[in-house]
Amino acid sequence: MKRSKLQTIFEQTILCVIFLFILFPIVWVFLMAFKSRGDILSWPPTFLFEPTFDNFRNILVGGSSGSATGATTVDFLGYFANSLIISCGAILLSILVGVPAAYAIARFQFRGKEDIAFTFLSFRFAPELLVIIPIYIIFQRMGLLDTYFGLIWVYQLITLPMIIWILRGYFEDVSVELEEACRIDGYGEFYVFRKIVLPLVKGGIAASALLAFIFAWNNFIFAMVLGGSDVQPITVGAMQFMTAEALRYGDMAAAIVLAAIPALLLAIYSQKHLIRGLSFGAVKG
Amino acid sequence: MFHQKRFLTQSVFMKEASPVRPKAGRDNVYVEALISFEARNTGRSVSRWRQFQDKAKPYLIILPAFLLTIGILVPFATGVYWSLTDYNLMRPQFEFIGIGNYVELFSGGEFWHALKVSGVYVLFAVGTELLLGLIIALLLNQETFLAKIFRPLLILPLLIAPVIATLIWKLMMSTDFGVINYFLSLFNPELKEFPWAGSPKYAMLTVVLIDVWIFTPFIALLLLAGLRSLPQPPFEAAQVDGASRWFIFRVLTLPMLAPFMVIALIFRIIDSIRMFDIPFAMTKGGPGDSLMNLQIQAYTEAFTYLNISVGSAYMFVTWVIIFIISKLMVGYWMKWRQRLSA
Repeated sequence: MKRSKLQTIFEQTILCVIFLFILFPIVWVFLMAFKSRGDILSWPPTFLFEPTFDNFRNILVGGSSGSATGATTVDFLGYFANSLIISCGAILLSILVGVPAAYAIARFQFRGKEDIAFTFLSFRFAPELLVIIPIYIIFQRMGLLDTYFGLIWVYQLITLPMIIWILRGYFEDVSVELEEACRIDGYGEFYVFRKIVLPLVKGGIAASALLAFIFAWNNFIFAMVLGGSDVQPITVGAMQFMTAEALRYGDMAAAIVLAAIPALLLAIYSQKHLIRGLSFGAVKG
Repeated sequence: MFHQKRFLTQSVFMKEASPVRPKAGRDNVYVEALISFEARNTGRSVSRWRQFQDKAKPYLIILPAFLLTIGILVPFATGVYWSLTDYNLMRPQFEFIGIGNYVELFSGGEFWHALKVSGVYVLFAVGTELLLGLIIALLLNQETFLAKIFRPLLILPLLIAPVIATLIWKLMMSTDFGVINYFLSLFNPELKEFPWAGSPKYAMLTVVLIDVWIFTPFIALLLLAGLRSLPQPPFEAAQVDGASRWFIFRVLTLPMLAPFMVIALIFRIIDSIRMFDIPFAMTKGGPGDSLMNLQIQAYTEAFTYLNISVGSAYMFVTWVIIFIISKLMVGYWMKWRQRLSA
């Protein structure tokens, strides 16, 4: 297994090229967010420029972006707040019903257990439009179209399978002997669950919630069809910058940077659990 | 472990003093034995009601989660029913027409075109991602200076919403000021005008490129986790025997990594079949019909032409395709799940 120096250099060069590909778009849009309109539209593209905060000011406190805009205002903070409300609401609801469900699937043997677990998993794989088309009509009749509640409910399709499947793995890691020892000591089942099991999987709950948050935050299609102008999240809002008559590239770049921040922060915080979460508990990182 | 054992025996002796009577456990022979012993002694039997309670308990615990999502299963059935009607939002009434929509679907060219677009997308995107992901995982599974720096950065593209990632690429691919076109023009000035998704010829290449950018890290991360979990002795033995790197990779690494690849492939294949965000954000399915895959076709039918029935038919066929694939692949996953998590 001796490696020649040449081979090592070759390998490291490939690694650099691949990561140039992976990191460049992120760096570029970050730079773009701090460019003036002239710098963005210049040819050849500028790599060194005088940074400006105009784009952030435009989307955060409003104001025209230099050209003949003003006709279309994009309410960035509103979209951001909508994203927060919907994602947090969806996760709270999922935790509330998903934690007990995951525990039951992990701990008890009962008929149809794997089928039930698979049903939850299948939501993850179902083509969204299959349910979106009828839900659109049903929500229209029930008045749930363009409401937070409607979207939070539909987002369960994204967050609930994640929470249940990731936590199932964490619950299975808790030793049965420990629980039974406590039970024999005379503590009730619910008490053992609350005082012994839950604290042990606290990290897992946090990790699955953060991951579910990222996926809810990044979802597009549910919100685009089922959310009207009142509850549109940032993913749908970002498209507005592109379709607006005057293409406000700088504002869009600034919006993209700000929209990515929550997911980035959460990912750094939960790095340890990410792989496990991404694979629905199939692979332990 | 030692502590728990002692805890257990202690508690048996202290049973008399314990405050609450232990309840019957289903999967615990020990507790059950204890209870039947106790029942024999006291002349009481474990009641039928208690037995029923224990049977029903797991279902009751899952019920809220199920009720919440059953609201989704009902629309599913409704959607399937509508695919058998001539429901159009522009008409007030609709009636049952049987499999008419499906006959039309399978005899027309649009469905087969959408299927082809989806198929080509899956093949090229997932194929590239697996190859590239494997290379990245192998290169990052070393303790070199660069590997240490790059490992935590690998996750970044996955954290950006696909729609937003597409917008980023769109900005970079502009023929007026796009930085990628600038780099291309350094090699050949004519490439400044490279149209990317603006031309039907290169539209697929463009969206596949973006898909590869977003999701290669996903496969690489899973495979990296897989590589790190492999047992070391076989590799050490092979090294002692003086096996070549290629031989070790082919005979040891690749087969042992297979289950991780399958799991990564399940997610990627299914997500690519139902891909919507990237082509939609790029061109809404255009130019022409070059990016009209199954989901975008269904969306266009349902929300542009308001043809709910045909849109539903598209989605039901897509669902059947995905269901068959996921049943097959998830079955394989379940087989490996225990082994992987051990």
